[in-house]
Order: sequence, then C-alpha cells, then structure tokens
Amino acid sequence: MAENLANVVHEQISEDFPDVHRSNGNDGTERRRTEVREAESNGQPASRPSRPVESEEDEDEELTLKYGAKHVIMLFVPVTLCMVVVVATIKSVSFYTKKDGQLIYTPFPEETDTVGQRALNSILNATIMISVIIVMTLLLVALYKYRCYKVIHGWLIISSLLLLFFFSYIYLGEVFKTYNVGMDYITLTLIIWNFGVVGMICIHWKGPLRLQQAYLIMISALMALVFIKYLPEWTAWLILAVISVYDLVAVLCPKGPLRMLVETAQERNEPIFPALIYSSTMVWLVGMADGDAESQKKQTPRLAAPDSQATDQMDDGGFTPEWVDEQLNDLGPIESTEETRREIQQMPSDRAPAVPTDDPEERGVKLGLGDFIFYSVLVGKASATASGDWNTTLACFVAILIGLCLTLLLLAIFKKALPALPISITFGLVFYFATDNLVRPFMDQLALHQFYI
Amino acid sequence: MTVAVFFGCTFIAFGPAFALFVFTIARDPLRVIILIAGAFFWLLSLLMSSLVWFIAMKASNNEDYQLQRGLLIFGVMFSVILQEVFRFAYYKLLRKAMEGLVALSEDDSSPISVQQMAYVAGLGYGIMSGAFSMINILADSLGPGTVGIHGESQYYFLTSAFMTMAITLLHTFWGVLFFDGCEKKRWWMIAVVVCLHLLVSGLTFLNPVYEGSLPPAYIITVAMGVWAFLSSGGSLESIRNSLTCSKSSVNSQVGS
Repeated sequence: MAENLANVVHEQISEDFPDVHRSNGNDGTERRRTEVREAESNGQPASRPSRPVESEEDEDEELTLKYGAKHVIMLFVPVTLCMVVVVATIKSVSFYTKKDGQLIYTPFPEETDTVGQRALNSILNATIMISVIIVMTLLLVALYKYRCYKVIHGWLIISSLLLLFFFSYIYLGEVFKTYNVGMDYITLTLIIWNFGVVGMICIHWKGPLRLQQAYLIMISALMALVFIKYLPEWTAWLILAVISVYDLVAVLCPKGPLRMLVETAQERNEPIFPALIYSSTMVWLVGMADGDAESQKKQTPRLAAPDSQATDQMDDGGFTPEWVDEQLNDLGPIESTEETRREIQQMPSDRAPAVPTDDPEERGVKLGLGDFIFYSVLVGKASATASGDWNTTLACFVAILIGLCLTLLLLAIFKKALPALPISITFGLVFYFATDNLVRPFMDQLALHQFYI
Repeated sequence: MTVAVFFGCTFIAFGPAFALFVFTIARDPLRVIILIAGAFFWLLSLLMSSLVWFIAMKASNNEDYQLQRGLLIFGVMFSVILQEVFRFAYYKLLRKAMEGLVALSEDDSSPISVQQMAYVAGLGYGIMSGAFSMINILADSLGPGTVGIHGESQYYFLTSAFMTMAITLLHTFWGVLFFDGCEKKRWWMIAVVVCLHLLVSGLTFLNPVYEGSLPPAYIITVAMGVWAFLSSGGSLESIRNSLTCSKSSVNSQVGS
C-alpha cells in the first residue's frame, strides 16, 4: 500500500517539480488553485468549467496530500466519539441489548431450531433489508431527478423530528432507568423540548459549528443504537457486509444510483444534501456564484449554515434533503445513508470556486452520517455480542480507524467519489470474527497464567 | 473488588502511556496516524500468532494440562517473534512513507524524523499490547469477586498493572532501538531487542512468583530506556541543558 502511494507520489512529483518551480512566484493564484483543488480532495471529480489548467492540479495534489493527515484526524475524532457513545451506552444501558422484537424489515426470527434455518432466515432478512434500501435509494434519486424537492424536504423534516424528539426521549428514559434517577415529566419535557428544537435549528438552519457537529454525532449514535437493538445478530453482520458491497457498487458503477445522483447534482450545480453530512469546518452557503453571496458568507464566518440559506440563491426551493433521509429510522435511514455516504466525496465542488478561503488548511472534510452509523453499529454489535470481551471492541475500533485512513488515502490519490464503507467494514468484520474466535481464547489463557507477550 | 482498585490499576498501567500520548503525540496528526497504524500492526501479529496457537491447540489433546501449557509457551514465543517481524515490516512501510513525505514537502525534509516515527511506532505497539493485556482485567475488577480465593496470589491486579506498564514502556524503547538498528544496519541491536523481548516474556512464565518476573522486567525497562535515550542522541549534557532550559547546545532530541 505504501509502495503504491510512494509510486503514485513519485510519478506525480516528477511531473510536479517543474510546475512548482514555475509557479512559485505566483502565490496568489497558486493559493486559489490550491483551494479549488482542496475542494476536490474530497472526491469531487473535476468537471467545473472554471477549472484551472490541468498542470496545476498536480502541485495542488501535493498540498492536498500534505493536509491529508489533518483531515484524517478531523474525521477520526468524531467517528471515535460516536463509537465511544454507542459502546458506553451498550455496556451500561441494558435496554439496547434486550430482544424486544424486530423491525418489520427483518421479519424472520433467528431463534430457530437448527443452524441451517437460522442462516436461511438471516439471509432472507438481509435480502429484504437491502431491497428496501435499494428501492428507497432509487425513489430518492427519482424524486431528486424530477425536482420533487418539497417531498424530500418534508420527509427529511419528519425524520429529524422523530429522531430528535422521540428517540432521544426513549434514550433518556432508559438512561434514567439504568441509573435509577427520579425524574418528573415537566423537567423531562423541558429537556427534550430544548434538545429537540435546538437540534432542528442547528442541523437544518444555522448554529455554532461545534454544536452542529455534536448533534450530528448524537443522532448518528441514536440511530446506530436503534439498529443494534432491533437487528438480530447474524442478520446484522450480513447486512453490514452486503451494505458495503452495495455501497461499492452504487458509488463506482456508472449506472449506480448514487453516482447518478451525484452527477445530476453536478449538472444542476447544486450541492447535494448538505444537512446530512458531518462537516469538520464551516459549511459555506451553497450555490454562491455571485458577489452578494460571497460577502454574505464572509459576514457569517463561524456559522455552519447547512442548507436553508440556499433558498435565496438557488432555484430549488430550499432543498435540504439528506439529513431527514438520514434520520428516518423506518424508511429513510438506510437508503438515505447511501446518499449521505456518498457525501463524503460529494464535497460540493460548486462551493469551492465561489469561496476561495484564504487558508487552505481551513478546508474541511466531510463524511456522511450513514458511515458514522454503520461504523458504530459494527463496534456496538461487537461490544454487545462478543461475550463481554473488550478486546474485540478495541480491535474493531482500530480496524475501522485504519480502514477510514486508507479510504482517505485512496481519496487523496484517486480524487474521485469513493465509498467510505467497504474498506472499514471489511476490516471491522474480519477483525471481529478473528478476535472473537481466535484471539480471545489465546488472551484468556494468557491472562489466566499471567503470561505476557 | 473496589473502584479504588480499578482506578489505581488503570492509572498504573496506562498513566505513562497516556501522558506520553497527550504531551507528545496528540497535537500532531501525522503522529496519531502512525500510532494507530502501529497498533494495527501489533494487532495483526497477534492475530496471526493466535491463529497458529489455536490450530495447534485444537489439533492436540485437550485434557493434557502439561501439553496445553507447553503449547501456550510455544504460542507466546511465536507471538513475540511475530511481533518483531511485524515491527520490521512496519519499519519498511514507514521508510517508504517517509520517502513519499519528503517528496511531498516543500523543503525536501520530512515533517517527521525516523527517530520520532520509531518512538511513535513503539508507543503504538506498547499501548495496544497493554490494552489487550489489561482491559479485560480492569473490566472484571469493577465487578464482584474475591481475588485469589482458590489460593492464588492476592496481588493479581496490582502485578498485572505493573507488568503492563513495564511492557508498554519496553515496547516504546524497543521501537526506538529497533528502528535505530535498522537505520544504521546494526543487526546485533535488533538481535538484542528480540532476545530481550523473549527474555521478558519468558520471565513471566515464572508468575505467580512475582519476584522472578517483575523486578527483572523493571531493570530491563530502565536499561532499555537509558540505551534508547543514548542511541537517539541524548546525553547527560542534553539532560542538563533541558533541565536548566539553556539553549546553548541543545540539538534535536527525540520527540521534541
């Protein structure tokens, strides 16, 4: 892997050096090109008409790779936080590990008499779930293509309402039960009301960046907990595996729905689903191609303004889907997660040209909430079902982080839309099964005798 | 067992590693990535060695206690050797990555030196090794139970914590020395590191006779620390300079 990187880098560099030396005196434009390039580092294929000369791409790539480490950490921290929240909840609140039935999308039970029957049931469950996801994704793409923005908008709002109010109410209730905290309804109403309303504002409109990030992490964790609770074991692992494959196919195949979605959005010069993406820096107002927008932006430097502002400038009537997609547990979440996962690469390139940041380092990186959710589902399931073993959880955690690192590396190299799930989930699954079945007995024996390796 | 035992053992086992992480690694993204990749490599080596041990165990007679113990010892030795092999592989990988980083940088110098990478890689190994050894024990210490109820040692948690701390520090120092040996092509250094690793692991076979395993392990830790410090360019001079904050002749130190 490193050899490939080194080779690629060497090839690039050998072309780059003349460029670098040539344009050294041209710092201003160089910066601009860098920033333009930076936007692409998130995977947007280069297709904007305002694209600078191709040779400059190479030197921009250098700087992209240089800032890569910082971007990786900007994603490590929220992913880690989400996983920590999920694992902490799973280990302490027993509600989320109790079997209270299953989702309607996974109708077949896993408490069967034979192993074969159980395997068959889980395969059927996974098939149904994946079909639902595919159908939903296609529906979403169709809605987007035919500009039914209001429908998507409404769907998203309902999803986010459900998540921010209902699920967090349940979560809070269970936490209180676990720690035996007495609570009256009036206080609870106040808490949930404030939490929900501030969440809606932060996510759909404007709010401090850190608060928005915190809310996105919290709703991802809530969503992951729902999945962990309601998906039976074998079904969950199968779904994770199939989702990674689907992600790979949907993003990379020319006729994949997510790819079509991206291309459609690019043609229309709109950002896709800004609200359902975790962004590590301030999100610029979308669709800014004119001076007014720019000055407007500059006046609100520290706000994360996901989508709604777009209404003024964009012709799509305040298109702020995605987020809701993401949230809706019953319908949206799975397929919308596809969208959101796409978003890691979907750093809308449209934003970049309009907004040349002065500091390339402020270029943020985005990751779809679906990725957060599925990473957390993997780690949470590992901690819930691995016979009370913490080593398995730790191993899955490290595996997912390394997978994310590799994905970002590939992103920096290939500079096109890449799915964020496959590598991490593959590593995670491999390490889960290997650690649970092979390493655990070994470490248990070592601990028994107090041998150290 | 009490919360006090839990917190005490946690801080003993992970205090130094955590402090090292917070003060020297947390601020630099590249170091964090190298740390996590180091942990990953250790994990891979553990996976391979567990696989071998598991196969050997399953293929043999389960009832024979001596045989199982012998297999476990073999597993430990094999695991140690595999860890060092993976450390070498990680060294190669980091070398390649460094070439890339140098090529990418503006002034033809890498943002991170080989010694720093060696230290971070060693710490990654140490943290992961310590975590895998200790976390389950710590989780158990929060629950109910009596230590040594069947006549085993009462100091199980404490000795585990101390041993974990020693192992973590040892991995860090071994990382520095190993990479240094590879850089300067001094193969005897690598051989010494491997032998000492085998020795420390071997000494733990004497547990629960803790006098046989803990003090020697700590002596070796201190010795390794001194050797790593000297081999990365430190000296009494530099210690004195850094303590008196004199800027006269302090050159780049490891981790600075």
